[in-house]
Amino acid sequence: MGQKITIEPVTRVEGHGKVTIHLDDENKVVQTRLHIVEFRGFERFIQGRPYWEAPVLVQRLCGICPVSHHLAAVKAMDVIVGVGPDQLSPTAEKMRRLMHYGQFFQSHSLHFFHLASPDLLFGIYADPTKRNVLEVAKEFKDLAVQGVMMRKFGQEIIEATAGKKIHGTGAIPGGINKHLTIEEQMKFLIGKDPMNIDQMISWAQDALELFKGYHKENKNLIDNFARFPSSHLSLVRKDGALDIYHGVIRAVDKDGNKILHDVDYQHYLDYIAEEVKSWSYMKFPFLRSIGKQDGWYRVGPLARLNTCDFIPTPLAQKEFELFKDYTNGKPNDMSMHMHWARLIETLHAAEMIKELLNDPDILEGERVRKGTKTIEGVGLIEAPRGTLFHHYRINKDDQIEMANLIVSTTNNNEPMNRAVEIVAKDHMNGHEVITEGMLNAVETAIRAYDPCLSCATHALGKMPLEISLYNSNEKLIDQKRSD
Amino acid sequence: MENYRILIYGYGNPGRRDDGLGPALVNLVEKWIEIENISNISVDSNYQLNIEDAYTIHNFDLVIFADATVEDIENFMLSRVLPSSKTDFTMHSVHPAFVLDLCTQLYEKVPDVFLLHLKGYDFELKEGLTKRAEENLKEAFHYVREILVNPVKDIQINKVINTI
Repeated sequence: MGQKITIEPVTRVEGHGKVTIHLDDENKVVQTRLHIVEFRGFERFIQGRPYWEAPVLVQRLCGICPVSHHLAAVKAMDVIVGVGPDQLSPTAEKMRRLMHYGQFFQSHSLHFFHLASPDLLFGIYADPTKRNVLEVAKEFKDLAVQGVMMRKFGQEIIEATAGKKIHGTGAIPGGINKHLTIEEQMKFLIGKDPMNIDQMISWAQDALELFKGYHKENKNLIDNFARFPSSHLSLVRKDGALDIYHGVIRAVDKDGNKILHDVDYQHYLDYIAEEVKSWSYMKFPFLRSIGKQDGWYRVGPLARLNTCDFIPTPLAQKEFELFKDYTNGKPNDMSMHMHWARLIETLHAAEMIKELLNDPDILEGERVRKGTKTIEGVGLIEAPRGTLFHHYRINKDDQIEMANLIVSTTNNNEPMNRAVEIVAKDHMNGHEVITEGMLNAVETAIRAYDPCLSCATHALGKMPLEISLYNSNEKLIDQKRSD
Repeated sequence: MENYRILIYGYGNPGRRDDGLGPALVNLVEKWIEIENISNISVDSNYQLNIEDAYTIHNFDLVIFADATVEDIENFMLSRVLPSSKTDFTMHSVHPAFVLDLCTQLYEKVPDVFLLHLKGYDFELKEGLTKRAEENLKEAFHYVREILVNPVKDIQINKVINTI
């Protein structure tokens, strides 16, 4: 008799999701699904609001990555006010980039130290009471302090560039509304140890070494856990460099062949569509040219390093070369290498922060430009978790009449489902009870994508873990819950 | 009292109606300490708490976090926070007890930490508190202001909690 196992919601993932695993009569996994409740109300909510409010309003969507939404929205509004990405003043673009790299640095640092490091230091299958950041703090205090301070440094960069922690207003249509002060610049450049950029670069390198050391000793696990071939999509700079703020859309297939050739994201709807599936509230994006079945793709750190040709900062480029050599230049399809890619990006972000902090344009210069208004604009940005699309159209009264958002986690919907399926088959075939190890394996696979589902929920602080077991008649036969 | 360092830290998303109660309380406290020229009280706010707040609080003797709640309380409640390693099912935010535990582990400092639970009613996408939440905020602010004048003596604990 077949059975269905439900894991709900996934622990340590923001928002709400559940996993159902269907077993056949011999307890073999026949189907897995990751169900995510995607928040879609925002697109209706923003209709009728003046377009210039969008970059601030979108931060209501998410307290986790407000900077990404802020910048994606303002990039779309730049187009609407007739100041395209290449027409921003150098000061405006550099200040926005500084904000964005600050966001990347703090977000990636949090993911590594809070989530990945417990897995790497204690092992993926270790007792969950031990596999958490507090245990890291007890046994590896210096490392935990580094994580806290790296996160804090990135947050302070955001505050200095966005103007404030909550609902920042740093970026406005056509530019920015503040420069960095000399005091802020000096604080970040030569602040008292450890709060200066050189220390941050050094710690980013240390984190990479930690990963590489673990990888060396646990090759089989890191290389083969939740591994599957896929296409990859991201922004790249026009010359092929990694660029998380602006560029063209590129996608490559599992062999590295370009399947989306550096296209202008203003026309993204010509290339990308979203499929609705009856069992999920979250849509499934795909490349039109390949179709629904095989046109899905991964986004995020792994995808970005698979699509770009090089990284335009020296230390990260050296690490990128090692990363590429590992797969002989072919796309890397190993889910756990997402951590490796994320740490290379962390180092790149720190290097970029230093470069921008040393640029005099951030201290003075033209902040805002004006152009000829249009009625429609698309803003694309690489959020820490992957490509983020914002698309708006306004009416003659300057009110938003249409908004379409494709968030990073939606782009990774199918890949996360694939990862869960592989892990479930590897760990659950022949079993009818979920062990702690199995549960954690499923969660580890999902966590590698760093999904952020907070748009789906609000912070009521009630997200219990519930595991339900059903037989083939959909009858609940077991349930575990942890509050 | 000047050497007794106090932090009022509100968290929540003001773009989601009553979820912004914590930052709203901070705004009131900030205005008050400015008018009264009080130097030993600092304020901070954010969308949610996270690991770096372990560093933030380690410099203070008393920390009062303020957060919106849907708990079954009348209007507001103050409770003591004890260190706890228990985490929620979320990776991008942590709770006051976790922040305190991490602070204890990393900085060997144990400030007095309390959580002010502010009753909220509507968490939809909209700016501005509901009328009832505003009333709760006013009452809570008066209460906090009173205890801040003499925190050690006057803090009345409604309920001791181990973690949230």
